[in-house]
Amino acid sequence: MKVIGQPRRRVDARAKVTGQTRFADDLVLPRMLFARLLRSTVPHARIRAVDAAAAAAAPGVKLLLTGADFPVPFGIMPVSQDEHALCADKVRYVGDPVAAVIARSEREAADALALIRVDYEPLATVASPAEALERPAPRIHDGEGEGGNVHRLAHFAFGDVEPALAGADRVFEDLFFYEGNTHLPLEQHAAVAALDPDGRLTLWSSTQTPHYVHRELARALDLPAHRIRVVATPNGGGFGGKSDVMNHEIVVAKAALLTGRPVKITLTREEVFYAHRGRHPVLMRLKTGVKSDGTIVAMDLETLLDGGAYGSYGAASTLYTGQLQTVTYHVPRFRFRACRTFTNKPPCGPKRGHGTPQPRFAQEVQLDKIAVALGKDPADLRLQQLAPANSVTANWLKIGSMGLRECIERVVEGSAWRERRGRLGVGRGLGLACGSYLCGAGLPIYWNEMPHSGVQLQIDRSGRVTAFCGATEIGQGSDDVLAAIVAEVLGLDPADIRLVTGDTDLTPVDLGSYSSRVTLMMGNAAIQAAERAKALLAGAAARKLGVSAERLAFAERRVFDVERPEAGMSFQEAVVAAEAEHGTLGTTGSYRPPRSPARYRGGGVGPSVAYSYTAAVVEVEVDPLTGWVKVPKVWIAHDIGRAINPVLARGQVEGSVYMGLGEALMEEQAFRRLPPRLSPALVHRIPSILEYKSPTSLEMPDVVTYLVEDPDSAGPFGAKEVGQGPLLPMMPAIANAIHDAVGVRVDEVPITPEKVLKALTEKAKGKAGRVGPAVFPPVPWPEALVVPPPWEGGDGRATNQGAAARDTLPTTHSGTAGVKV
Amino acid sequence: MKARTEARRHGGTDAEGRSARIRLTVNGEERDVVFAGYKSLLELLREDLALTGTKHGCELGECGACAVLLDGRPVLSCLVLGVECDGADVTTVEGLAEGPELSALQAAFADKGAAQCGYCTPGILVTAKALLDRNPHPSRAEIAEALSGNLCRCTGYLQIFEAVEEAAGTGARRHRGTGRAG
Repeated sequence: MKVIGQPRRRVDARAKVTGQTRFADDLVLPRMLFARLLRSTVPHARIRAVDAAAAAAAPGVKLLLTGADFPVPFGIMPVSQDEHALCADKVRYVGDPVAAVIARSEREAADALALIRVDYEPLATVASPAEALERPAPRIHDGEGEGGNVHRLAHFAFGDVEPALAGADRVFEDLFFYEGNTHLPLEQHAAVAALDPDGRLTLWSSTQTPHYVHRELARALDLPAHRIRVVATPNGGGFGGKSDVMNHEIVVAKAALLTGRPVKITLTREEVFYAHRGRHPVLMRLKTGVKSDGTIVAMDLETLLDGGAYGSYGAASTLYTGQLQTVTYHVPRFRFRACRTFTNKPPCGPKRGHGTPQPRFAQEVQLDKIAVALGKDPADLRLQQLAPANSVTANWLKIGSMGLRECIERVVEGSAWRERRGRLGVGRGLGLACGSYLCGAGLPIYWNEMPHSGVQLQIDRSGRVTAFCGATEIGQGSDDVLAAIVAEVLGLDPADIRLVTGDTDLTPVDLGSYSSRVTLMMGNAAIQAAERAKALLAGAAARKLGVSAERLAFAERRVFDVERPEAGMSFQEAVVAAEAEHGTLGTTGSYRPPRSPARYRGGGVGPSVAYSYTAAVVEVEVDPLTGWVKVPKVWIAHDIGRAINPVLARGQVEGSVYMGLGEALMEEQAFRRLPPRLSPALVHRIPSILEYKSPTSLEMPDVVTYLVEDPDSAGPFGAKEVGQGPLLPMMPAIANAIHDAVGVRVDEVPITPEKVLKALTEKAKGKAGRVGPAVFPPVPWPEALVVPPPWEGGDGRATNQGAAARDTLPTTHSGTAGVKV
Repeated sequence: MKARTEARRHGGTDAEGRSARIRLTVNGEERDVVFAGYKSLLELLREDLALTGTKHGCELGECGACAVLLDGRPVLSCLVLGVECDGADVTTVEGLAEGPELSALQAAFADKGAAQCGYCTPGILVTAKALLDRNPHPSRAEIAEALSGNLCRCTGYLQIFEAVEEAAGTGARRHRGTGRAG
């Protein structure tokens, strides 16, 4: 292949290095106004009144909006339509938007915000899942969720774990806690809305999901979707944080409709911390029964999620805290119970790995403990029980290619694991962990039978090929993948392909840049469209050349007889021949993943047409006096199927290592409660980049990246995902390396120096040397949904009605937008 | 500094301190600008000179996305007031290319995968340029140190380091005369 697999300059690189990439905040339109949001200063209150008269009369103010202007609720998931663009009756967290000022300048809008008076009637607050479970009232959401302040409850029994645990040689039970953290994209969210000359609404926004924004705008504004155009501007980093429909997008759209003028909003950095939708804090209890050689016989997992104030993607996030536990190692029986609570904090949602890094951390650290307890090499413990390729798991996920064995072998060899582990001396250590991830969610977030991704090609007599696709460039390189695939099929250079992407007026739907779905789904659609174009061109060229179309090859901008390469024509001449024969040339391609064998309610979360795999070995240096952890080197191997552009693939792996390092050691979206006598407020401890610690260039370790290419038949040219999976092993590998270095366990993320030091101090006193949660609060688990695994005669369905995952996901709810079921 | 002092007579603010007028050199061109006196250099560049390549990231000098060269030295333009820049010489990302040709540094960033989302890229490019201008062959540690005030959330920095190293090599070849003129 001429393009696929070759290291190349990405097609949008020139724009990025010249500063010409147009991000949402870079857009300037004539007569443009500016919006700012007034955000709640209290965490939970009824709104008695909003007095905005003075603000409305302030200099430069053109429009003032409050909750009364937004009667229709919205939400990314049909089962969680619980947000309003501006709060009308209640605020639920510090930062919840209450009013908007639209003015001539950003400064005038900001000045006017200070004149708005909101009369709040404070309500008791809920700071944590434990409090949410203890205090069903006052409810953060009336009429949402499972009652009280519980948002979601799920209970699945994939085989009966109790007898399996009772019969196991050893049972390991641990509690783990994974603190929340946030995406921290360098680009603050921004959006511009305007009416086009025909009176239709256009919204340009830094969103990962223009299609879902389009749907929700139509709903929230009560406008026909075909009167709205949503353009996803290139995202200045997303990581999941721009995959939800955001309040400010609806506000500026409404403001443009009401003023007839373009309206822009750019969130401040502080506001980005409130917009959040980041990693859920999750408390986990993991009980695993093993044979004497460490082979897993049953796993029992409970997760308790702190969802923050709104549903967001939470219905899916809840299930992701367990459903992918089965695709890495073979788990014969699996019980999974999950609970998501509402709290008076910014809403949590999907961050890179969406719900899976937390339980992955738990399992990989526990496996390390099992290996130590059984005197086994942690690498061997994993190698002996990998989930088999081309198999179906206990919870009915279908695994395709599975390259984890080679990944483990590569990092073990590269790091000299077998020679160096446990032998680096006090303060230095090696840790190993693995992970796996989706290559695209198997179902869209609203149920339908249409394609998940569509590509259109338009080709004209100049030889120009334009590819249209709704996919969204968030920095990951989706534009480059699209151009590369079309170019490969048509024998062109990727730079020859013009691209129109992420525009709901111009491009066929692609569901968005989330769940690592774009390369696989858009890529398959692009191959189909390009193969159809190639057939048209080959037929016409064959008739001109007097050879059969099967003998024609497309390469180096030529179409020629493979057996006589001199007999051929330029690509452009082939287009001319085809346009003369067929008329205007255009083709389409589309992709929808095959149906999952999971037929139970809740089985819509977890299925993917392929899974990527990663193994990492991390070396650490721990200062026993300060607890400070340094990571000098990482070896990481990722089963990518096939790297479309190895430069970008490596960048995704290294970026994941970086982000994992931050999550493991320092990043936390943490809150504090003010003294009750002063205020009931729960406030973000650190809503600034300076205080939200993230790794800089000085903390970045050396990274040895291995791209393991075991092509998957479901992927375009065999490609699988690379954007999220490589993050997963980082956090547990660091925790395991710290144990190897200094013999203590920090069963919590982030692993701060304070925690390491505390564990070391306890160990010095002869105690266990463990820091981590001690209590899992009582949760009113519902009756289990019983789903027998394939090897116990199951058919993918539940054998009872159960109570698990009521109305959870696409398999059960109506496809109509916004219908709550 | 002498040039700046001489040029300062062009500058000033109105009686209420609302609008300001300065003359400065941006990417080699002299510009007179009248702007709201409270604006930072970042806002002045983006809003009054339409140079949107330089980015907002935090407004507090924490992220480095707004870095530009002020008289050849990297500064955080969100922390510099526009009125302080009378007579100054400012270089932004828009001033790095040589006509239609990418500079060696830009070409290396493009080839090595140093720009993913591209949002931190303008600030990192000018900061790296300042490094190479004073130290044409920096070590990996010197590069990491120079860029430690520029956050990048996408790349993990390694491909950025490699791009700067590549540019340092390419720069050396260009100075030997194999590159394009001027």
